[in-house]
Amino acid sequence: MIKLTVNGRAHQVDVDPDTPLLYVLRNDLELNAAKFGCGLGQCGACTVLLDDKPVFSCLVPVATLGERKVRTLEGLPKILSAAFEAEQAAQCGYCIAGMIVRAQALLERNPRPTEQEMRSHMAPNLCRCGTHMRILRAVRRAAEAMGGGVRDVAEQK
Amino acid sequence: MTRGGALAVGILLVCAAGVAAAVALAWHPEIDRITPPAPGSFDRYLVAEGEDLAKLGNCAGCHTNDPSKPLAGGRALDTPFGKVFATNITPHPDDGIGAWSGEAFERAMRRGIARDGTQLYPAFPYDHFTHATDHQIEALYAWLMTRRPIAGRAPETRLAGIYGFRPVVAAWNALYLNEGPLPADASRSSQWNRGRVLAEGLGHCGGCHTPRNRFGAEDIARAYNGAWTEGWYAPPLNAHSPAVRPWTPDELFAYLHTGLAPHHAAAAGPMAGVTRALAQVPDEDVRAITVYIASLMADAPASKHDQPQPVDRLDVAQQQHPDAAALYAGACATCHDPGAPMMQLGRPVLSWGTPLHEDNPHDTVRIIMQGLTPPGGASGPTMPAYADMLSDQQVQDLAAYLRTRFTDKPAWSNVPAAVAEARK
Repeated sequence: MIKLTVNGRAHQVDVDPDTPLLYVLRNDLELNAAKFGCGLGQCGACTVLLDDKPVFSCLVPVATLGERKVRTLEGLPKILSAAFEAEQAAQCGYCIAGMIVRAQALLERNPRPTEQEMRSHMAPNLCRCGTHMRILRAVRRAAEAMGGGVRDVAEQK
Repeated sequence: MTRGGALAVGILLVCAAGVAAAVALAWHPEIDRITPPAPGSFDRYLVAEGEDLAKLGNCAGCHTNDPSKPLAGGRALDTPFGKVFATNITPHPDDGIGAWSGEAFERAMRRGIARDGTQLYPAFPYDHFTHATDHQIEALYAWLMTRRPIAGRAPETRLAGIYGFRPVVAAWNALYLNEGPLPADASRSSQWNRGRVLAEGLGHCGGCHTPRNRFGAEDIARAYNGAWTEGWYAPPLNAHSPAVRPWTPDELFAYLHTGLAPHHAAAAGPMAGVTRALAQVPDEDVRAITVYIASLMADAPASKHDQPQPVDRLDVAQQQHPDAAALYAGACATCHDPGAPMMQLGRPVLSWGTPLHEDNPHDTVRIIMQGLTPPGGASGPTMPAYADMLSDQQVQDLAAYLRTRFTDKPAWSNVPAAVAEARK
C-alpha cells in the first residue's frame, strides 16, 4: 500500500510504485480534473501542485511522493475558476484544469507578477484550441481578485 | 659617490626602466571618436556576412541580457575573478560602440583594447577573435554598426584585488595572447583550414572546452581537454573524448545545426544556446567546423572502436538501486525506453549520450533537474525539468541508477554535491 495526501486528505492506494500520480488521482481517488494529454510531460493538462510547485502528474511516480502534499483543481479556492468562467477562457476545456492549477501556483507565490513573468510561467501548458489570450485575461482578472494584479499589462482591455 | 650610493642609483634606474616598460606595455592611445556611419553606407553583402559570423560567434549569447534589447549588454559572466558584465555593443554613440572606427573595433578584437585605450578583460575572448581574418572583422563591424542603437550601459565590472586594476591585463596579454591570423596548414584541406579559422577564431570553442590556468588563460598544452563553465562540464573534444560513438563530421553537423545528434544526444546547458545560434549559420561554415573538430577527435576511443551495441545493465541497476528503478519506470521510461514514442522517432538511447560517461555527474544531474527547454516557445529538443518533481535524494538515486544501467563505468562518488550545487 502506498500513502499519499491529496487536498488535505490522507489516502492509501494499492498500486505499483511506478504508477503515475495522474492515474492514481483519476482511477483510484476519482479526482478527474487533471487530464491525460500526452503522457510525456509536454502539454500540461495533468498539472497538479506538489508542495506549492506545479508539476506534470503523468511523470510523477506515486511512490516518490513521500510526505509531500498534492493539491488538485478540486482542492483549490474558486477565485481562478470564476475568473476563467468570466473570461469564457475554455473552448474544448481539456487544458483548463491544468491552466488553472499552474496559474494558482504563480499567484500564491506572487499576486503581482509582470506580464512577462506570467507568460513565461504559463508557457509549459498548451491549449490546442488557441484560447491563450482569454486564458491570460483570466489570470490577470484572478490576480486582481486576489488583491494583486499583473503589472505592465501587454494587452489593452 | 659611495659604493652603496651607486648601487642605490643603479637599482632605482633598473626599477624606473621596469616601470617605463610596463607603462609602455599597458598604455594604448585613445582612438578618436567618429560620428556613427549611416547604416546605408555599409555594403549590404558585407553586412549579411557579418550577421552569419555574429551567429557563429554567438555574440548575443553574452551581450544580450534582456531579449528586447539585443546586444545592449548587461549580462554577468561569473568568472573565478568576479562578475564580468558584457558591454553594450550596439552602435549607440555614448553607451555602445557607435563612436568606434573600424580601426578601434579591430584593435579590440585583436588585442582586447577599448576605443579609449583601456584594457578589456579576456572574458571577452579576444584571445580567439584575434585569429579572425581582416575580412571577417570588417564584416562583423559592418553588421554591428547597422544594428539598432540602444541606450544604456552595462553595470561597471569591478574585480577584487589586483584584478580590479585593468593595466595588469597587459601582462596577461604579453604572456598568453598569440596575436593575429592563423597561418594555413598546407598539409590539410582548405575546408579543414577554414573550419580551424572559424572554430579557433570567432567560434571560440576553446573558450568553454579548454581548461584554464590560475590566471584564467586557456592552457594550450591541454587544449580541448574539457572544462567547467557555469556549473556545466564542457566535455573534451580531443583524444580524451568520452563519447561511445564516433563523432564524425555528419554527427557533428546534426548536433551543431539542429541541437541533436542521432548517435549521441541533444545539446544541453550553455551548448544548447550555441547550437541555436549555429542553426542560423550557412551550412558550409558549420560543415567546415565539423571537419576540423572531428579531426581533433580522430584518436578518441570511439573513433578507433565504435560500440554500436548500447550498454543496458538492467538487472544490475535494478538490484543496486531498487527505488530508482521504480522512479525511472514512472518518470523516464515513457520517453527513453525502447518502443517509447520518442525512441520511434530515432532519438539516441541514453547510453550513447556523453554526460553519463563523464567523470563527474554534474551534467547528468543538471539535465534531470533543469530539463531541456528551447527558449521563447521555439522548437527543439525538449525535456521536462524534474527539480520540482523529485527530492534531492531521488535525483541522486536516479543519477546513480542511470550511471549503473547505461554505462560500464564505476559509480560516481560526488552525486550529492552535484545535486546541491544544481539546486542553488
